[in-house]
Amino acid sequence: MAEMNRERLEVRRVKAKRALSYQRRQILLCAGTGCIAGGSLKLYDYFKEECTRRGLDVYIGLTQENETEDVTEPKGDGVYLKKSGCHGFCEMGPLVQIEPEGILYTHVQLEDCDEIIEKTILKGEVVDRLLYELDGTKYPKHSDIPFYHRQHRIVLENCGTTDAEDIDEYLAKDGYVAFEKALFEMTDEAICKEILDSGLRGRGGGGFPAGRKWDSVRKQPNGKKYVVCNGDEGDPGAFMDRSIMEGNPHSIIEGMLIAALAAGSDEGYIYVRAEYPLAVARLKTAIVKAEEMSLLGDHILGTGFSFHLHVNRGAGAFVCGEGSALTASIEGNRGMPRVKPPRTVEQGLWARPTVLNNVETFSAVPLIIRKGAPWFKSIGTESSPGTKAFALTGNVVNTGLIEVPMGATLREIIFDIGGGIKDGKKFKAVQIGGPSGGCLTEEHLDMPLDFDSLKKLGAMIGSGGLVVMDEDTCMVEVARFFMNFTQNESCGKCVPCREGTRRMLEILTRIVNNEGSLEDLDLLEELSATISETALCGLGQSACKPVQSTLKYFRDEYLAHVVDKHCPHCNGRKKVLQIDPELCKGCGKCMKQCPMEAISGQIRMPHVIDTEKCIKCGACWGCCPFGAIREE
Amino acid sequence: MSNGISMERVEEIIDGYGCQVYNLIAIMQDIQAEYKYLSPAVLELIARKLGVGVAKVYSVATFYENFSLEAKGKYIIKVCDGTACHVRKSQPIYNAIREYLELEGKQKTSADGLFTLETVACLGACGLAPVVTVNDQVHSKMSPELAIDLLEKLRKEDAANG
Repeated sequence: MAEMNRERLEVRRVKAKRALSYQRRQILLCAGTGCIAGGSLKLYDYFKEECTRRGLDVYIGLTQENETEDVTEPKGDGVYLKKSGCHGFCEMGPLVQIEPEGILYTHVQLEDCDEIIEKTILKGEVVDRLLYELDGTKYPKHSDIPFYHRQHRIVLENCGTTDAEDIDEYLAKDGYVAFEKALFEMTDEAICKEILDSGLRGRGGGGFPAGRKWDSVRKQPNGKKYVVCNGDEGDPGAFMDRSIMEGNPHSIIEGMLIAALAAGSDEGYIYVRAEYPLAVARLKTAIVKAEEMSLLGDHILGTGFSFHLHVNRGAGAFVCGEGSALTASIEGNRGMPRVKPPRTVEQGLWARPTVLNNVETFSAVPLIIRKGAPWFKSIGTESSPGTKAFALTGNVVNTGLIEVPMGATLREIIFDIGGGIKDGKKFKAVQIGGPSGGCLTEEHLDMPLDFDSLKKLGAMIGSGGLVVMDEDTCMVEVARFFMNFTQNESCGKCVPCREGTRRMLEILTRIVNNEGSLEDLDLLEELSATISETALCGLGQSACKPVQSTLKYFRDEYLAHVVDKHCPHCNGRKKVLQIDPELCKGCGKCMKQCPMEAISGQIRMPHVIDTEKCIKCGACWGCCPFGAIREE
Repeated sequence: MSNGISMERVEEIIDGYGCQVYNLIAIMQDIQAEYKYLSPAVLELIARKLGVGVAKVYSVATFYENFSLEAKGKYIIKVCDGTACHVRKSQPIYNAIREYLELEGKQKTSADGLFTLETVACLGACGLAPVVTVNDQVHSKMSPELAIDLLEKLRKEDAANG
């Protein structure tokens, strides 16, 4: 291949666009972690085999081997088969989308493939039974499904419609146009200004203006500078960044390239959680492709600008999501945070000035440069422009990945997009921002969500995990769960976090077990205040937020545990399970099935369930051959 | 050789990273990917080759959750205990597997050396909760019964393959 420059890249882009326009009949298989677990790769192989067997031309990717040859329209009935990124509708996976109609099939299994080929691919008919159904209405079109059409997808736009492993497809969708603009037409100062004007705030949790961060690094004395992307999405219940890394890896690379131009850096790192092997693989592929096209490496597109990008895998430490711990980990050390200042923009990786942003932030950058700051400002709220991706999980009907403008309300997110609470139960609370955030209740349903409104309430957007809880959830147990998590992940460097979280966990466990006292509640409040003020890093400072917010909004549940010694949620989740001594033959089956060792009894004698230990899972109820287990 | 670990191979991996100390985590990840754990001899070799103290290597190896200093079973079972899996009841699955494997106290690997049981903090597959992985293959929407069935199937397969 001749050396790549701006003109040649443009030629390639035009060809890729033309090739894409020829792709009429497409089968898009979701290849996000969720759908792969559901077997989508097997479907991919089957479609490939079966379409070929039926004499259809199967095309994969836009790959252009010969640069001089023009793209010609394929003759006859061709089928384009693609592995796309995550569609976000993980609850309904494996998902198969058929273009040009835009039909979305849900829960597709191997045995459904023949029918899809037979009816949809060959005859253009819709297979009714595989469509998404809500309240008796079937939705053939992807875009009509309420889950999607109420969203505003800009960062996630290409996740689910694009072959993530194909750089040509990214180019065809105006990929790297923003980078070219920044490289050839803008000064470093102008880039920083554009990002600052757009009001883009860090999507990793803090909400610090990205433009100001970049400008600080730019103003540091010349010398080695780094651009680091934080893909250590450790919040349990959050997977936005994973989906972007898997579904649109080039957008992150492009965003980092633009940041490197702005800050004057020539080397970057993407730090990815070890739990995301697919994201690591996709990013590495994307980097190799970008290097081949002279979009990474030395003398990019024939200019004097060079940028080398590496992928580092984390090794399972939540605290590495904290800036200084993350850089310590890249350096090969224990991932422990350090005292700040100096801040990362002054002394980050290897004590050099470093731009550190998260995946979603970098991913928004190319869009801002390409479409301009005013466009970005037109979305979202005054102080928090743009959109935010959320991972919607827990007791909600439609779990999955969503993107809405900043300022959307919880009601829109949970009820309009999320489809409400599972099993027709009542909404109780939503935990926002994972173990570092707080919970919001019914009274906050209509409040617009943005960085500042949440800060006021003692919660935070965090990286964007939204865990919905229904009326049966015990909030004290939720607080204990999060404290257990942060306590486990505390790196142990500073005393308030190391010792404080342990004490708080002990107290919470005591309360959950109905052994707490009223003084314990005061102690929790006092410890929370002390730890928040004195802990070294964000992990410790925010570790008490779940406790503080549950104490504020659900104090009655704490009181139920410490005063009444009986929590209606922990003990009354379902009716009590009991064994009818008349019907029980003492076979012992239930005893073996019980996951909690709650059933005891002599063989051939009636057994009993210890209601204290019982979690009402119903395992015994399902296995009893005599129907002796009853709900009382 | 020590416990099936080829020291030549370990050296090869370290050399592949140019014996650079900043690659320590990546080196240990690659070694563990092949042998599932890091033995004391491996840690000593790494320290020698990178020119740092064994204490430094040991400190990093013990800091990160993913590194294991103990040998593991053939099948590594991870029960996700992220928030979404937790609220969809992953704990009973963990308990059921523990009981099935007859694990006691801090024991993580079954007596026959076939299974190692661990929890993991969120795999990011929350839409499929509760999730269990066996050697990184994801099994979605599990229940205690399904998990035991899965283990029994693996045990039979393993016996069949000798």
